[in-house]
Amino acid sequence: MAKGFVAITVERCKGCGFCVEFCPTHVLALSSAFNSKGYHAPHVVASEKCSGCDLCGMYCPDFAIFGARHAR
Amino acid sequence: MNETTLEIPYEIPAGAHNPVEPFLRMDRMPHIWCPGCGIGTTVNCFTRALLDSKADLDKVAVVSGIGCTGRVAGYARLDSFHTTHGRAIPFATGLKLSNPELQVVVYSGDGDLFAIGGNHFIHAARRNMDLKVICVNNLTYAMTGGQTAPTTPGKVISATNPYGVFEPSFNLVALAEAAGASYVARWTTYHVKQLSRSMEEVFKKKGFCFIEVLSPCPTLYQRRNKMGDGLDAMKFYKEVSKTRHGAPTSECALTKSGEIVVGKFVDRERPDYFELLRAQMTETLGDRYVEPLREQEEDVVCSC
Amino acid sequence: MHADPKGVLTGVHFLDGDHACCEGTLAAGARFAAGYPITPSTEVVERYASRIPTVGGIFIQMEDELAASIAIQGAVWGGAKAFTVTSGPGFSLMMEHIGYAAMTETPCVFVNVQRGGPSTGLPTLPAQADMMQARWGSHGDYGIIALCPNSPQECFDLTIQGFNLAEEFRVPVMLMLDECVGHMTEKVVIPEAGKIEVTPRRYTKLPPAEFQLFEPREDSVPDMLRAGDGYRFHVTGLTHDERGYPSMNVETQDRMVRRLQDKLKPLANGRALCETENLEDAEVVVVSYGITSRVAQRAIQLARKQGVRAGKFRIISAWPFPEQRIRELAGRVKAFVVPELNLGQMVYEVERAARGQAAVIPVTHAGGTVHNPDSILKAIVEAAR
Repeated sequence: MAKGFVAITVERCKGCGFCVEFCPTHVLALSSAFNSKGYHAPHVVASEKCSGCDLCGMYCPDFAIFGARHAR
Repeated sequence: MNETTLEIPYEIPAGAHNPVEPFLRMDRMPHIWCPGCGIGTTVNCFTRALLDSKADLDKVAVVSGIGCTGRVAGYARLDSFHTTHGRAIPFATGLKLSNPELQVVVYSGDGDLFAIGGNHFIHAARRNMDLKVICVNNLTYAMTGGQTAPTTPGKVISATNPYGVFEPSFNLVALAEAAGASYVARWTTYHVKQLSRSMEEVFKKKGFCFIEVLSPCPTLYQRRNKMGDGLDAMKFYKEVSKTRHGAPTSECALTKSGEIVVGKFVDRERPDYFELLRAQMTETLGDRYVEPLREQEEDVVCSC
Repeated sequence: MHADPKGVLTGVHFLDGDHACCEGTLAAGARFAAGYPITPSTEVVERYASRIPTVGGIFIQMEDELAASIAIQGAVWGGAKAFTVTSGPGFSLMMEHIGYAAMTETPCVFVNVQRGGPSTGLPTLPAQADMMQARWGSHGDYGIIALCPNSPQECFDLTIQGFNLAEEFRVPVMLMLDECVGHMTEKVVIPEAGKIEVTPRRYTKLPPAEFQLFEPREDSVPDMLRAGDGYRFHVTGLTHDERGYPSMNVETQDRMVRRLQDKLKPLANGRALCETENLEDAEVVVVSYGITSRVAQRAIQLARKQGVRAGKFRIISAWPFPEQRIRELAGRVKAFVVPELNLGQMVYEVERAARGQAAVIPVTHAGGTVHNPDSILKAIVEAAR
């Protein structure tokens, strides 16, 4: 079971790719689906690797993603 | 929260919320910043720093000038002021002087703070006015279409230098130190943890504090110069940044594609404006000196 | 409410206009001033700098007038009553921020001790050539209030009134002195604090969830706030809605700019400040303000001696222009004579208000000294013919 989780607000995302690039454990990848504005939001491809560090949240310029640790 | 169907099913705990949202005027989202712009990233760091420093948010005021970074004031759910171009610092000075218990943060861009606002920057630094200045430096005047700024490096194409910038550009950290700032640091939007920590440090420090944050401007600065998108800029920051705490600021100038020196360069103790004022007044007036404004408001008949 | 005694220098004094103005600011409760040295205004802040540390407040000499004119607004939003002082060249520099104060409805006071212009002009000599600039100097549609004292006593009294009007209307107020009034020394009586009426800032009584910083009351003026009280408000110079959020569309623009001007209408009508004499039977009315009104007084006396039925209309609140009063008068007098220390500024407002019902005769003067009463007398006599 992963230590953390990631929540993505797909409609806010502008597909900049920061979260995908800088996630230390490569949990994310850009989805081939796109939101109503035409941007490819990220999706979780390796959920078990998520530590909930929230680096994705710190990087996201659009406040479209955040990570957190699962409550124990 | 709007979710289109994700390709790979993924569940998140109920009630999870983005820690940055309480700090934003969510009724004004989405913001106006471009895809790949780093201003939003700096706002995350600011939020994190406010949280970690356990700041009383009712006492934090944000003052911005005009420009893309100037829009931060409008999105922050704090007492916030979107002032005139270049004049965030003197506005902030008046705000702080009339209400010393406020934590006054100036959040503005490189053109706003150092071209039109340059004079005010150096004087506030000289006075060691207790202001925390966060300068998002995207090396251009982004809001108005990518004109040359005092920070635009040489040879770069801009809207007002279509054949290439040839003026020397400012070394902001050296300028800040020379003017008298008590704290001077530079990070990039790649350095989210360090930036957040620097912001937290300045919230605890009295005096004029300056943090320069390099940020991508993919739509204007980069596009005109074929420098890719926001992600390319972030990867560039990661590759060429060298952390050198305490490096002499005179050696930290930026060039078009050279090394970016980041770190905390200056962290010194100097009496701030209030301390200087009080010391001088009590020395000359003794107990005839009356502490200004908020401190004595309780017994004021006219509490304007 | 009454003035805070800490700032009131009760007594009978012999002061010049600049110094009396400073005492007015202190009596009005101003506890923050920012300025930049400029002749002939500097004495106002020099006195303030020496008085305020024992009253309790701050004076800061800023690096330029651009800084001074906005530092005072920061101070207002921090909770203080604040003002700045300047003359022509500095007034020009402050224009952007006068517009910002009008746009954000920041109550504050700008003192302009007018001197000869344009440009560097005559730094030590009087003029009244910034009157139109006081009204129209910044860009866009907005309104301000301007008061014209004609004596050191009035420099004291009208300064207090200026601060009161700023608070009542949430607007920047211009105190239009001139070098002559600023540097003439006369008796100034400062009453006890209990006898001085001071308008407190109208902070809202509504809680944060309900209050909107730009939602007007019935009198078209919104209540005020200050930073640090938990309201988490936003102030911007962009066209904004009642919440204070940027709302850059045609409807909001229309609603907002009209209200910024309309809220001041009472001063154009019944609440205009003026001093009149001998209007009941007047055939020629001399309309003047500031130092020129002192000379005009003499000219009117001389005219009466010659049998001309001359009357006095001294403008005290120049902006909004007292058009209702002038319009009424225009219906029953032959002519207005308008002497000013400029080449014609307020005279155009008199003409506008008179709507052709009376002749309007300017008595211009390029500035540098005051009119000779004879030049005004001559115009009165000519107008009566």
